[in-house]
This record gives sequence, C-alpha cells and structure tokens, in this order.
Amino acid sequence: MEYLDFEKPIQELEEQLSKCLIIGKESEVDVTETCEQIEKKLEKTRTDIYKNLTAWQRVQLSRHPSRPYTLDFIEAITKGTFMELHGDRTVKDDKAMIGGLGKIGDQSFMFIGQQKGYNTKTRQYRNFGMANPEGYRKALRLMKMAEKFGIPVVTFIDTPGAYPGLEAEERGQGEAIARNIFEMSILKTPIISIIIGEGASGGAVGIGVGDRVYMMENTWYTVISPESCSSILWRSWDHKEEAAEALKLTAKDMKKQGLIDGIIKEPFGGAHSNREEAFAIVEKQIVKTYNELSKLTIKKLIKERMEKYEAMGVYND
Amino acid sequence: MSSWFKRKDKGIQTATEDKKDVPKGLWYKTPSGKIVDTEELKENFYVSPEDGYHVRIGSNEYFEILFDENKYKELDAKITAKDPLKFSDTKKYTDRLKEAQEKTKLKDAIRTAVGKSYGKDLVIAAMDFAFIGGSMGSVVGEKISRAITYSIKNKIPFLLISKSGGARMQEASYSLMQMVKTSAKLAQLAEAGIPYISLCTDPTTGGTTASYAMLGDVNFAEPNALIAFAGPRVVKDTTGKDLPEGFQRSEFVLEHGFLDKIIERKNLKKQINLYIDLIQNLPIRTEPKTE
Repeated sequence: MEYLDFEKPIQELEEQLSKCLIIGKESEVDVTETCEQIEKKLEKTRTDIYKNLTAWQRVQLSRHPSRPYTLDFIEAITKGTFMELHGDRTVKDDKAMIGGLGKIGDQSFMFIGQQKGYNTKTRQYRNFGMANPEGYRKALRLMKMAEKFGIPVVTFIDTPGAYPGLEAEERGQGEAIARNIFEMSILKTPIISIIIGEGASGGAVGIGVGDRVYMMENTWYTVISPESCSSILWRSWDHKEEAAEALKLTAKDMKKQGLIDGIIKEPFGGAHSNREEAFAIVEKQIVKTYNELSKLTIKKLIKERMEKYEAMGVYND
Repeated sequence: MSSWFKRKDKGIQTATEDKKDVPKGLWYKTPSGKIVDTEELKENFYVSPEDGYHVRIGSNEYFEILFDENKYKELDAKITAKDPLKFSDTKKYTDRLKEAQEKTKLKDAIRTAVGKSYGKDLVIAAMDFAFIGGSMGSVVGEKISRAITYSIKNKIPFLLISKSGGARMQEASYSLMQMVKTSAKLAQLAEAGIPYISLCTDPTTGGTTASYAMLGDVNFAEPNALIAFAGPRVVKDTTGKDLPEGFQRSEFVLEHGFLDKIIERKNLKKQINLYIDLIQNLPIRTEPKTE
C-alpha cells in the first residue's frame, strides 16, 4: 500500500497498531487496551482526514498509484465476457485508449476508456493515459458500431489530457476530439460516462458526452490540470493547491454547477482502499442508469441529451 | 567405378507422371522445418503443435472447424467461370480453369454455405487459395453477393474468410469490378443491421484486401497471416527500401489499426460466436453437447 503525503498520520498509526498486535502475540504483556486505543485513534484520524479532503487532496487521490483503472473496472464487472477490440482503421491501435464489448448480466455494453499503466513499463506502453487522435478515432469507431447494433455505450474517463505531441497535431488531435463530441451528441444509443480518475479537459470530454455523466467521489474534471493552470496564471507550479480550489474541479463542485449528473460514492478511504467494493458500486450505478435510459425512445434520449448541454453556461443577458 | 553404376545420360530423365511419390499425407513440414504427423495436425486444427504455424487450409477445413458436427448446406455450388475475354497467357484461361477444377475438385476459389455454429445459423463464405491462388473473378463476386443476399433475407450473421492473391487477371476489369460489387453488397448488409465478420487468413492481398476483407464490423485475422494491398516484393521493388521484420503480417496490421483482434485457429469458433452474441445482445452460447 502506498500512502499520500496527507495520509502519513494514518500510515504511522497503522504501523503502531501492527507493532502493538505483534507484541501482544509474542509476549506475555497485555496490550489489548493499548491496541484498542490506537485503533480508536486511527479511526478518528481516518475520519478527520477523509471527511475534510481539500480539492488538491482529491486530485492526489484521483492519481493514487493503487487506484483501479479502466480495464480493472471492465474486467471486474463483465466477469470474463469482455472482448477487447482494436484499431482506428487508419494509422494505429492506440494503447492509451481501449474499448470492446462485454456483458453485465444479460445486457451487452460497449466499454471505452483511457487506460493507464501500473508500473514504469506499462505506463510508457499506455502513454500515461494520454490518447493520440487514433485513440479518439478508435473510440468513435466503436461507438458507431454500438449505435449500429443498438448496444449502449459506457465510457470510463481517466486521463491527464490528450497527448500534446508532434504527430498528434499532424494527425489532427483537435479534429479527432471535436468529431467525437459532435458524434456523441447525436449518437442513437444510450451513453453513460464515468470519471474514474482524472478528467482533464478536451482529452476527457472527447469521450465524455453522455446522457448521464458521473464522477466518482475522489476525481476531478475541469478545463486544465491544476499544475498547468498554476503555471499559466501564477507563472509557477507552486500554486497548484490554490488553482485546484479555484477551478472548482471536485465532484461536489461539478454537481453544484450542474455540469455533471451525479456523484458515485467511493469506499471509505478511496476506491483503492477497497477495489472490489468500488467495482460493485460502479456496476450497480451502470445497471441502474441503463434501466432508466432504456425506457426512453431514442428520439427522447437525444432530445434530453441536447437540452442538457444547451443549458450549460452562465451569462448576463 | 563399375560401369553399371555410372549415369549414362545427364540430368533426370523420368517424366513427371512416371515419378514415384512418397505416400502423401503422412508427414507435414512447417516453414521453420518442424515435422508434424498429419493426423496430429488435423486434430490440432491444422496448426503445428511444434511451432504454432497455421497451415493454409481451404473451405472444407474451415467449414469443418466452424459448423457444428460439420453439417452445412452449400449455397450456389454449381456456379462456374466463363472466359469472356478469351484470355490467354502461357495457358488458355479455359484450360487453366479446367486444370484447377480437376486438381482441387473445386468449382472456383470460394465456397459459401449456411449451417449451425454453436447451435445458431451462420453464413460462411470461405476462399480456397488452391484454386488459381484464391483469385477473385466473377464467380467469387457473384457467390459472395448471393451469400450476402441470403444473410439479409434470413437475418443471419455473415462470416467471410479471405485467402487470396487478389483479383483474377484473366477476367481483367470484370474482376476489378467485383471489388465494387461485393463492397456494395456489404453496404446493403450493413443497412440491414446484420453483423459482418471478416477473417483474414494467410494470404489476404490485393483486391481482396481493398474490398471485403477490410470492411468487417470487426476484422479478425489468424496469427502471422500476410495481409496487404501491394505485396512485400512489390513494395520492396518500388521503394528500394528494406522492409521491417513482420511487415504486413497480422501483428503488424493490428498495430497499425486495421484489425480488431488476432485469433488462433483453435479459438476461432468460440471467439466468432462470442462476438456475435455480444453485438447482437444475445445470451452467450457455448459448444452444443453432442449425443
């Protein structure tokens, strides 16, 4: 288990507790009371920390190295029925964007999402979850396939941004994202989008237009990463905490602004502290939402989707 | 050296038809030099257990692998080629056709059939490379076209197994237009909302690649199949460049975004049916129990 800076008090208490338990086991000394005290303190510390997370701490949690990624969710909830499909039919199979078909119960879904790696080698292989244009085009191809056969789409969003590379620009990163947004707004099948980690800007919204958009509790979604925002507006990376607050990028803030449809609660201590529970919660949410959406005619579905996005924005008139 | 041992005439004089063959079919040698017992090869889906080499097989074997208990109804079995251009190269086209028919016991380079796979109807069109290099002429085009019509009429998923050197030169522009005819029919199949699975096998090249082989809702391929528009020799001669290792092989083509998945032959039946069940939102089937 890896601990973030603000989780250090928890780490210390957990270490104390395990030492205490060992002493209890290996010696005659009665430490029951001491252990209980540490345990109580641990619980209190945990509650204090996780109940009052700052925006920046949520950003850190969204990037926790043990946090489950897209394929972890898909594999857990499709229970051996997932068939990954590859390629954009143009230049490449983008490893930062994955997709394919799988079942929850009897219902098929087209799953699409950015994929991060879990160690240095796989992080490079997945390009740190930063998709190239071919990734967005693969995603669109799969969404079109789903539309053709009336299969609902679920997207998992977890990206520090679309890849800002030379070839990405040559091949039209902007066009690829734009095209996806355009097509998703009128796709004739239900779309459920879930931000499971980082939701950075165009890279996120390029697969993030949906009938229902949810954020998990410890994720962020906004127009720029707090670090980049700090560096542009404050001209230094040191103001990332302030930037995180100012951007109002947490799930709670996004819900309040009416820019997402709901928040998916995470297990206490974050999705990584109990992955199985996190998978089960997300699966339940998908099923519940799909059952609601499947009752609508396609016409109504798209009309409501349109109206939702038309209503976004604040201005003096 | 005694004179009875000495060769009096230079070279080998035996006429081809008089040559004595080793009994055919006992052993198979893979390109990497592994020797495999043919019975064992058959049981292993014609894949060498020694090195995973996927032996080139034809419609007969694919039907056997994919249809339940090898039961199927062949469609349009009697269509044969004409020679509209009175084409002649080193041989007359009509002679070439006759020879190919005699040698392969096939009518042309594709067979189409309908049958059950995992208990559900499936239309399969499978090409035969043994027949004039699996070349696509009017017969191939027409049989694919009719099989697609059958799929649309009966709402049955369509699987096309490509194995072809490309368009048939002996039918010139008639062949070229089969690319359009088959692709247009696939557009009809798509309009009807029926799944089309393309399976590229070794080799899938030329006009085949530039039409139906690349148009699947999903494009699958067997491992290490050559999948190309212009073949490696043509590319090399034209560009004068050395080609990277694995150029135009399945794995390369997957990496460049044109395949959905590479499937080993032993998993073909399972994976193709899994895709059908997923995309048609049906319960996932498995091999039906035989009595």
